[in-house]
Amino acid sequence: MPEPLIVARGLKKRFDDFEAVKGIDVEVQPGEVFGFLGPNGAGKSSTMRMIACVSPASEGTLRLFGMDPAVDGAKIRARIGVVPQLDTLDTELSVQENLWIYGRYFDLSRAECRRRATELLEFAQLTDRADSVVEHLSGGMKRRLSIARSLINEPELLLLDEPTTGLDPQARHVLWERLYRLKQQGVTQVLTTHYMDEAEQLCDRLVVMDQGLIVAEGSPRELIDQYSTREVLELRFGAGTNDQFGPQVVGIGDRFEVLPDRVLVYADDGEAALAEAHHRGLRPESALVRRSSLEDVFLLLTGRSLAD
Amino acid sequence: MQIATPGPLRVVSGHLVVFRRLWRLNLLSSFVQPMLYLLGLGVGVGALVDRNAGSTATLGGVSYVAFVAPGLMATTAMAVCAAESMWPVMGGLKWRRDYHGIAATPLDASDIVFGHMIWMAMRAGITGAAVATALAFVDDTRSWGLLPAVIVAMAVGIAFAMPIMAYSVGAEMDGGFPAIQRFVIIPLFLFGGAFYPLSQLPEVVQWFARAFPLWHGVVVARGFTTGDTDWAGVAGHLAYVLLWAAVGTVISIRRLAKRLYP
Repeated sequence: MPEPLIVARGLKKRFDDFEAVKGIDVEVQPGEVFGFLGPNGAGKSSTMRMIACVSPASEGTLRLFGMDPAVDGAKIRARIGVVPQLDTLDTELSVQENLWIYGRYFDLSRAECRRRATELLEFAQLTDRADSVVEHLSGGMKRRLSIARSLINEPELLLLDEPTTGLDPQARHVLWERLYRLKQQGVTQVLTTHYMDEAEQLCDRLVVMDQGLIVAEGSPRELIDQYSTREVLELRFGAGTNDQFGPQVVGIGDRFEVLPDRVLVYADDGEAALAEAHHRGLRPESALVRRSSLEDVFLLLTGRSLAD
Repeated sequence: MQIATPGPLRVVSGHLVVFRRLWRLNLLSSFVQPMLYLLGLGVGVGALVDRNAGSTATLGGVSYVAFVAPGLMATTAMAVCAAESMWPVMGGLKWRRDYHGIAATPLDASDIVFGHMIWMAMRAGITGAAVATALAFVDDTRSWGLLPAVIVAMAVGIAFAMPIMAYSVGAEMDGGFPAIQRFVIIPLFLFGGAFYPLSQLPEVVQWFARAFPLWHGVVVARGFTTGDTDWAGVAGHLAYVLLWAAVGTVISIRRLAKRLYP
């Protein structure tokens, strides 16, 4: 077993009288893609900032590459790449100028900055936009540029804070594919997201955070197996009548849940559950059997109420 | 083994990439403005002043245009560096957010602050040199003293840049900037000893002007360009100017570190 790249023990982050992270234990192995899931305000970004060595831990221990951020912050930062939640690109400059400047911060020579910028633009599919001013790029292009920039120092660890928030589906898929390539190249990745499909697509292993604590941990498959049934039956009754019909599914499947717009029945065999519902005389407007997803796990663990 | 580039210089090379896009406009405005003042006041008002009996003695034995020229180098440095340390610095934290980008690299708050200081000294030096070049074409203002006067302008530049940066990195809103412009920079421009000797002003205003670094810089620069240098005075004035820069730098680093690494 190789040495873990990140080790956190009892990690806490306090801001004045507010505790954003309330003591978490995390280990990330080299080459792994690791995800922090959770609703807004769960403490994901605070955790990411501590790992990125831009926010000192209030309590507990944190080690990256075996080093302590409080002592060797600059050395650690030299070996990681950060894609922040909000772009920190200079929008008045061109795409390549942004890469050159960032390379200089890592003390790469001008020639090396140019060489890597050319490579990274290729990787980010931005070669034909190299001289465009960043302001004129689409959201997806800016995100790809942010990722390209975070790779300028050839990091061993890449931190991505909500990398695809606000992007359209095409842009997200392009991004995912690029991140998968990086994984194949052996770059360890830690990301936060509140998109379950993103977590299922990208993460080898993930933790679900809620209110500053880790509430579940495992691979996407393990979490689904542990916290949900194999399939889910979705029944839609007429608007406003879901409350009324919902309780009639009691006993079908493992458990059920009434939402404003539909009733969910958790069962290993969705078709059998649907047959039973019909047998009981229920006549939903529509019925759908689907595989359980991480979203079911997420909603079970973190609740359905809005976080903020 | 290769020696690593010091952090502040890496930050400066970032500023240079940005400046490469904007320098023409920048240089033009920070050059044209002092030239307009020099022509309007130095030549226009100067014709009246120099004709007045006894005025040359009050100005220390030089023509009015020669009296005003070094003052303009210092006030230009003050104006450029003060403006560059307001919105651009706040933007680094809040709008462009490039300071946060830098904070994620091996560089830290002190590299950003020292980088800003070096960059401001360079900006003051560049505009100062441009004004000095123009002054070299005028008989009354041509002197070797223009060279050290450029260095004095650089010192004045950072003496304003760094305390203002200290304010900008701690401020939440940009509402204070126009106030600094109106109540500090413009009054100093008018009453800081650039256009007439401080002795012409009421005592209170004199003390206001003496409290800020501009007047000290103007006096030293004028000493160099008019060939009337009192070295003990130079040392004292420059020490005071640099003290402003030093205090501003220390506070800037402390406040910026708090903002970048909460």
